[in-house]
Amino acid sequence: MKILIRNGRVIDPASGRDETADIAIASGRIVGIGAISDFPADRSIDAAGLVVAPGLVDLAARLREPGQEHEGMLESELAAAAAGGVTSLVCLPDTDPVLDEPGLVEMLKFRARKLSRCRLFPLGALTRKLEGQTLTEMAELTEAGCVGFSQVDVPVTDTMVLLRALQYAATFGYSVWLRPQDAWLGTGVAAQGAVATRFGLSGVPVAAETIALQTIFELVRATKARVHLCRLSSAAGVALLRAAKAEGLPVTADVSINSLHLTDVDIGYFNADMRLTPPLRQQADREALRAALADGTIDALVSDHNPVDEDMKNLPFGEAEPGATGLELLLSLALRWGADAGLPLAQTLARVTTDPVRVLGDAIGSLASSAGRLVEGGVADVCIFDPAAEWPVTPDRLASQGKHTPFAFASTGMALPGRVRTTLVAGTIAYEAA
Amino acid sequence: MLSRRNPQLNSHGELIHLLSIEGLPRAVLTQILDTAGTFLSVNDRDVKKVPLLRGKSVFNLFFENSTRTRTTFEIAAKRLSADVINLDINKSSTAKGESLLDTIANLSAMHADMFVVRHSESGAPYLIAQHCAPHVHVVNAGDGRHAHPTQGLLDMYTIRHYKRDFTGLTVAIVGDIVHSRVARSDIHALTTLGVPEIRAVGPKTLVPGDLGAMGVRVCHDMAEGIRGADVIIMLRLQNERMSGAMLPSAGEFYKSYGLTPEKLALAKPDAIVMHPGPINRGVEIASSVADGTHSVILPQVTFGIAVRMAVMSTIAGNQA
Repeated sequence: MKILIRNGRVIDPASGRDETADIAIASGRIVGIGAISDFPADRSIDAAGLVVAPGLVDLAARLREPGQEHEGMLESELAAAAAGGVTSLVCLPDTDPVLDEPGLVEMLKFRARKLSRCRLFPLGALTRKLEGQTLTEMAELTEAGCVGFSQVDVPVTDTMVLLRALQYAATFGYSVWLRPQDAWLGTGVAAQGAVATRFGLSGVPVAAETIALQTIFELVRATKARVHLCRLSSAAGVALLRAAKAEGLPVTADVSINSLHLTDVDIGYFNADMRLTPPLRQQADREALRAALADGTIDALVSDHNPVDEDMKNLPFGEAEPGATGLELLLSLALRWGADAGLPLAQTLARVTTDPVRVLGDAIGSLASSAGRLVEGGVADVCIFDPAAEWPVTPDRLASQGKHTPFAFASTGMALPGRVRTTLVAGTIAYEAA
Repeated sequence: MLSRRNPQLNSHGELIHLLSIEGLPRAVLTQILDTAGTFLSVNDRDVKKVPLLRGKSVFNLFFENSTRTRTTFEIAAKRLSADVINLDINKSSTAKGESLLDTIANLSAMHADMFVVRHSESGAPYLIAQHCAPHVHVVNAGDGRHAHPTQGLLDMYTIRHYKRDFTGLTVAIVGDIVHSRVARSDIHALTTLGVPEIRAVGPKTLVPGDLGAMGVRVCHDMAEGIRGADVIIMLRLQNERMSGAMLPSAGEFYKSYGLTPEKLALAKPDAIVMHPGPINRGVEIASSVADGTHSVILPQVTFGIAVRMAVMSTIAGNQA
């Protein structure tokens, strides 16, 4: 199908393009950007007053398949991605069974391709069953489609295993995705601090993050492995990351929409929607994370999408399952952060488009040169949104099976900026607002 | 974020649940203490009953065992003429896999009027208060490390009984404060009632520096902590914390922080010694102090009945 997107404000963060233009799409690729008059389109989309941006690239979303279909299913969660303007996402291996076998990865990729809503880039488990003992068959898993290897929220407690895993991954140039959290200090349910103390909730000290970061950085120095640090949560963690980058270590990092916008004070009266991993920290931490995302020390903003069903949230705070739905909120919460920080729209969008693609690097093959960008000859993954529209988050109306979010209008009383109108993946329409 | 109304107050600012002392106005606390005073005499009568909760059903929902606390609530409810049903839930439904809210829904269908809840998780009574029928009242009888508001109130009653006025007092709370819901409720109540000096005393493993944010002075030295105190509240040291990473041994804890006659001599001559019970003799407190002239540990228990009667009758009289 040939599609012509007309008169939109075309923003390509990678090149800095920000101008009113048309975009012509044919055979899944962008064939022209500019003033286009003689394109025989099957479908013409009027984007006047709208922003035409690269489709969003989310480095952290749980789809809960295989094994946790009661919490979310590929179909609903990829529909949520499309509704959120997300055209590529990295899914996590802590499924049931764990993504530690090539067959599981192939099946997941196959099913996602059939749905053609969003490109799927699975992370494989770093160790079998995420048990932190035996390495997975990383080469086989890479062949099956894994873009990196992760322990998700299960720290490797044996430092020797972590060293070996990084050495092995570095041999083949695979990237290792680690959430910096000490296994012993990280067992609490809220961030250590005045709020946790007052509420009598067990606290996770900042040292849980900084100790893990120090360990990882030492091992990166020794192995030269490429490491992506997932979900930084503290100002002290940001400072260590900044120093590591200045030193030239091959590390990148992301932050979740939750840590970027919320603090532990938002727990309110034990609101289980605020039960998140990593836990929400204090205002100074949030400010440091926001500044680090603005100056590029933190490379990417992620939804940390994790659909959790009603039964697992309707529990006392400490027993509730951590997680929140996020795919449909990523764009709006990026825009809100960018507006608060006074950033140009292109720079805001870079953190959810071209920068995460840079984190993925050559693991996504030829897509590395055009995903997260709007370039002639590149893939036509496009997000068209209305920057002026505000919308109240109504959980029941989200496409995701996860209906729990800290940003529901009923609890915040605040509408979010930016509404996705159309999402294109490989030149086909994956989502269109009603 | 939208500021939400304190869930234990109705739109008129009246108490409909008692979930925590935190956030309650001084007038609400004072009124409960005054009401408790009028109930004390009921306990001395031949017929120890008033009809305030006649026809009402009070369910004691104890998700965590505590025969003592449950008994005091049972006595208080019965003296208000309520029908009392005791449920030790950890032995029945949750063992069969029923969720907390399903349990609550089932009991609500039996026309409960009040739930007295003890739970091992901080905040559990808030969840219950949010999900029960509007006419049902919830009393927190201790949730995790978070709050034990009736204990806090009975401690305030005791202090007021012996000291009359809160505004010139120095109160020392000694022991395992980080794990103590009693300490948190006491601290909120003492600050609300205007106590100028509240000290939290214990080793750094049990008395973290974050406590300063609650308005207390953190002391790691016992002598400094109790010197000149008007009131000393000793906390129970749980068996599982007596040796491990928190403390090397009960004996060493007693040596550093146990209340002995020698240490008590540092406090004011008319100081009172309190303890929420059950006491560990020779661990946090010497027998001679627990049984001595400064001890008001047994009057606390007596006052506890009257305070719980006051709490139940107060919230039952207010509508959501």
